[in-house]
Amino acid sequence: MAVSDNTSLSFGERLNAVFAWPVQLLFRLFEIPLSWVQRTIGIPRMPWIFLLPNLAFFGLFVVVPLFINFAYSLTGGAELFLQNRVYVGAEQYGYLMDCGSYLDANTCREDRFWKAVYNTIVFVFFQVSFMVLFSLITALILNQNIRARGFFRSVYFFPVLLSPVVVALIWKWILLRDGVLNAFLANFGIDKMLFFVDPAWSMFWAIFVSVWAHMGFYTLILLAGLQAIPPDLYEAAEMDGTKRERVFFRITLPLLWPNLLVVLVLALIKSVQIFDEVFVLTGGGPGTATQFIVQYIYNTGFTNQVQNFGLAAAASVVLGVVLFVLTLMQLAATRRKDG
Amino acid sequence: MTNALHKKLVLGVAALGLMAGNALAETELRMTWYNDGIEGEVMQGLLDKFEAANPDIKVTLDVVPYKAILESLPVQLAAGEGPDLARVTDLGGLSQYYLDLTPYISDAGYWKDNFGPFLKWLDPNGEAISGFMTQLTVTGPYVNKTLFEQAEVDMPGEGATWDDWAAASKAVADKLDIPIPMAWDRSGHRVAGPAISMGAKMFDADGKPALVDDGLKEMTQRLYDWHQDGTMAKELWGSVSGNQYLGANEDFANAQVVLYMSGSWQIPQFADKIGDAFDWWAVPAPCGPAACTGMPGGAALVALKTTEHPEEVGKLMDFLSAEENLAEFYGKTLFIPGHLGLAAGGVDFATDDPRAKHALETFAGAVPGISPIAFDLQGYVFNRVMFNALISRLGEAIVGEITLDEAYDRMEADVAKEIAEKERQ
Repeated sequence: MAVSDNTSLSFGERLNAVFAWPVQLLFRLFEIPLSWVQRTIGIPRMPWIFLLPNLAFFGLFVVVPLFINFAYSLTGGAELFLQNRVYVGAEQYGYLMDCGSYLDANTCREDRFWKAVYNTIVFVFFQVSFMVLFSLITALILNQNIRARGFFRSVYFFPVLLSPVVVALIWKWILLRDGVLNAFLANFGIDKMLFFVDPAWSMFWAIFVSVWAHMGFYTLILLAGLQAIPPDLYEAAEMDGTKRERVFFRITLPLLWPNLLVVLVLALIKSVQIFDEVFVLTGGGPGTATQFIVQYIYNTGFTNQVQNFGLAAAASVVLGVVLFVLTLMQLAATRRKDG
Repeated sequence: MTNALHKKLVLGVAALGLMAGNALAETELRMTWYNDGIEGEVMQGLLDKFEAANPDIKVTLDVVPYKAILESLPVQLAAGEGPDLARVTDLGGLSQYYLDLTPYISDAGYWKDNFGPFLKWLDPNGEAISGFMTQLTVTGPYVNKTLFEQAEVDMPGEGATWDDWAAASKAVADKLDIPIPMAWDRSGHRVAGPAISMGAKMFDADGKPALVDDGLKEMTQRLYDWHQDGTMAKELWGSVSGNQYLGANEDFANAQVVLYMSGSWQIPQFADKIGDAFDWWAVPAPCGPAACTGMPGGAALVALKTTEHPEEVGKLMDFLSAEENLAEFYGKTLFIPGHLGLAAGGVDFATDDPRAKHALETFAGAVPGISPIAFDLQGYVFNRVMFNALISRLGEAIVGEITLDEAYDRMEADVAKEIAEKERQ
């Protein structure tokens, strides 16, 4: 470009020109080898070249550990390195599955695993249901033309930014015997409540805190979905005098369905993986009332004097299979919708 | 460039080179440490002295949470990535990773004479010298004497049983509306002493672990009953799962507990936190039909096989274990000495607090009365397997998930399973 041309450019354009040259230089550097690769392998195979870095990381940090974990699940003993461990075949799986009745954890050899499974099922059912319900309600409200809408959107999203440990500690201080909630209840003459000693209350607070902490994220997804619905549909419905409930069930819900599906599946997967918040909040207690499957794996693999990596790995393979099935369900549901 | 400037530049570069050379020659040792009280500061003071006397050795004190000592350090050691030294409490359980210091210390006889009984805790064969006890601990109860006086309830005297103390604590709590009459640390180690007092043997005739017997049942039944009748609060034993440790030290320091079953390691903390706010008093271990015993225990500073500098580690351990340095360490930290010479000669504890002095005398005086079973259990490599099975299953029974009889069956199965897993080669 001639120097005289620059004088006719705006300040922003000149700034762009200055900062663009290193980027252009970088592109040129890549262009030479990439052109060579393209000539060598042909254009149809080029996407693989672009996917290669991501695939390499995914393979190294996800797929390889997955196989290593599976290999551990086929071994026994307390040695750390795989090559030093004893091959036991499917013994760890047999130990996990050895039950008099699958409906009564106390009849199982590894009763804690089954208690963790049942606790996880209860937790997932209620947590996901409430998560989707409250996220939807909140998104619908925040989509209205209410006062301080921006402020409320930030407020609901704020807990998502906090570390799960911080969230759990804050709520623990609120709920302890001498915590804020009991101090508040005392004003009304209500006796102090020991929330973490009662299994039902512990499960309730585990679900409540988890929903409170993560709802903002799902609300945001649903809010984006609501804002993508064309307003003229609502205007047409209003002109026809359609009732609000009918508008919700005939327009909003069907058009929001893809987002709801994403929220449902993400919430489900995150819920099955629950660990840190509940571990800090209730410690898995009272007894084993809020001990979930990931905590069982952690306890089995790390907190005992004899660290049973084989059994922990077998339990994590079972968890992996469950998550895989959930993902397949998501894919199937998405395809059915697309089809 | 002027000559003067040139000279300064050359000198500066030379000095930098010299410093870099020194830095390269310096050996760095890393010591993984946890704190109950002020012992980290005291140890740092000793390390500063050591470094001053040995400028070629730098020792870095890595202070970590106690949980990391129990859970992360064993994994690190198994992976061959551990520090040079560490302060540990799973004395026998980690013995396979300890370095035998015998070739690297100046006087093995001094170590055997002064640390002899405790070296067996660190090495089941009793041959190696791997470290020394940074503190000897004894479990036992503390009481809030001021509450007893205010409630005008007599404190049970010499030879009192756990039932006597439980009843007296409940009477005080009821009279003064104290929320927790009696609290025990959620730890199998804390239960073991009272269980042995009730007749628990812990091992069978072949020396194999036998956790559940009539003595243990006597004690655990009491613990269960005390949780049901409100003598003990479920917040400790009932509120978490598995083998998680929970202590009531904060509640005791806040005068929310009448009797607190813990151990001698709480003395510095109580002296610091409670001060003269109330009379906190250590009392001798309550009695049962078989004994009046607490559990011995403690923490040891051990050298680890992962070190690449065994000579320097030996030099450091010689320095730290020297009588004058250990006297300073035990004296300032208010820890019961794990050095026989100092234990016999007495340590000048750095406190004017009569409660702390009384507690130190009480716990130190309890050592001769500790049951041999308690010493054997402390030295047993898989004692944590037994302790963990005890607390986790008893906790489940206390909250009503399983019955006590089911808990006993599960305890035995847990111990057998874990030991079998460890021994599978």
